[in-house]
Amino acid sequence: MSFLAAESESPLLPPVGEIIIGLIAFTIVLLVFFKFVAPRFEQVFRARREAIEGGIERAEAMQAEAKAALEQYRAQLAEARTEAAQIRDQARAEGQQILEELRTQAQEESARIVARGEEQLAASRQQVLNELRTHIGTIAVDLAGRVVGESLSDDARRRGTVDRFLDQLEGMAGNADGRVGATVPEGNR
Amino acid sequence: MTSSAHTLGTVLAVDSGGGDGFQAPGLGEFYPETVAEFSLLGVDFAITRITIILWIATALMLAFVIAASRKAQIVPGKLQFIGESGYSLVRDGIARDVVGPKGIPFAPFLASLFFFILANNFMAIVPFAQISPMSKFAFPLVLAAFCWVLYIYIGIREQGAGKYFKDILFLPGVPKPMYILVTPIELLQNFVVRPFTLAVRLFANMFAGHMLLVVFSLGAVYLFGRDNFSVIFGPVSALMAIVMTFFELLVIFLQAYVFTVLMGTYLNGSIEADH
Repeated sequence: MSFLAAESESPLLPPVGEIIIGLIAFTIVLLVFFKFVAPRFEQVFRARREAIEGGIERAEAMQAEAKAALEQYRAQLAEARTEAAQIRDQARAEGQQILEELRTQAQEESARIVARGEEQLAASRQQVLNELRTHIGTIAVDLAGRVVGESLSDDARRRGTVDRFLDQLEGMAGNADGRVGATVPEGNR
Repeated sequence: MTSSAHTLGTVLAVDSGGGDGFQAPGLGEFYPETVAEFSLLGVDFAITRITIILWIATALMLAFVIAASRKAQIVPGKLQFIGESGYSLVRDGIARDVVGPKGIPFAPFLASLFFFILANNFMAIVPFAQISPMSKFAFPLVLAAFCWVLYIYIGIREQGAGKYFKDILFLPGVPKPMYILVTPIELLQNFVVRPFTLAVRLFANMFAGHMLLVVFSLGAVYLFGRDNFSVIFGPVSALMAIVMTFFELLVIFLQAYVFTVLMGTYLNGSIEADH
């Protein structure tokens, strides 16, 4: 084989020139990749990641915001409820108080009315008693004069005697209360 | 495969009765004519079509990633989506998941590796180019050298020079007598074998892939011009060339990915103290 003679070189012993060409070529490749290609791609990867993460973050922020708003509404609602309950309680208490006041007022009023009535009753009774006393005295004197046959009516001394008699009568009535009314009509009859 | 191609070539040559037998492609494939030649500071530069393919592949790849990332939007367009998917594959799949939590800063480096290897490997099946610059050992070697320097530097930076070298020389948790065996292996492994295998794996895959394609393609072309059984073998060879092209497509992606993932694991070893 003739061509084998032409090549004494071994394929594993490359010429220096070729190595240098290889060095230059690969150095250029390295330069381009380090300075140009890799930074661009990394930038895009970062941008892409940020775009995705940013979207997620935005969604999370919105969710948090919504949750916060919900919490706020709930808090407000609870506040309103407590307030309403407070107002209701207060109103009830006030009503109770008013009712109480009115009741005491009414009781006082009634007590006063009752007291006045009693007073009046007592006064009328006294008046009636007084009137009766005079009447009974007059009648008794009349009757006694009629029985005796002479007028004793304007005799002052005899009047004292009537009064004494009546006092005795009253004393009896005082011992057996309520019999005055019963005795007087008896005497009146 | 090359040897069997040779055998096939000789058999066919004999069969056709001498003269112009099938000349199996050899190393010459990887040493095309120089287009331009110059010497700079005592270093000879020979610009061949492989060099030009390397430049074109690199330039197109860079144009693509720049176009994809230039107007990067949150909602990506088609171009950006494709570029981003490739970048994310390395950034998330290797820098973050293989290198570890501190790995993201290495994403541009790993992506450079991945895209550079992928673009150049891809030239293996692009019509008219049809050879990957990675089948020239110089280029994988350069990449492996970058990786070698980087993972040692990161190891020293992250763990401190003392601890980094001590852990490599005296692997923690190994019985003392075993160091006689383990220390040389570890030393060789970390400072020689790793970068060498990294470079050779890529180189050999692309080299062999190219040889396969060339042998089947040239074999098919040769066989179509013969008689006898060539009527059968010619189409078979052509079919194999097509099948191998698809296989090569797989290798192209796989090797670019494997190179980057391995570099990721080396970086991981440098960053995390535990081996």
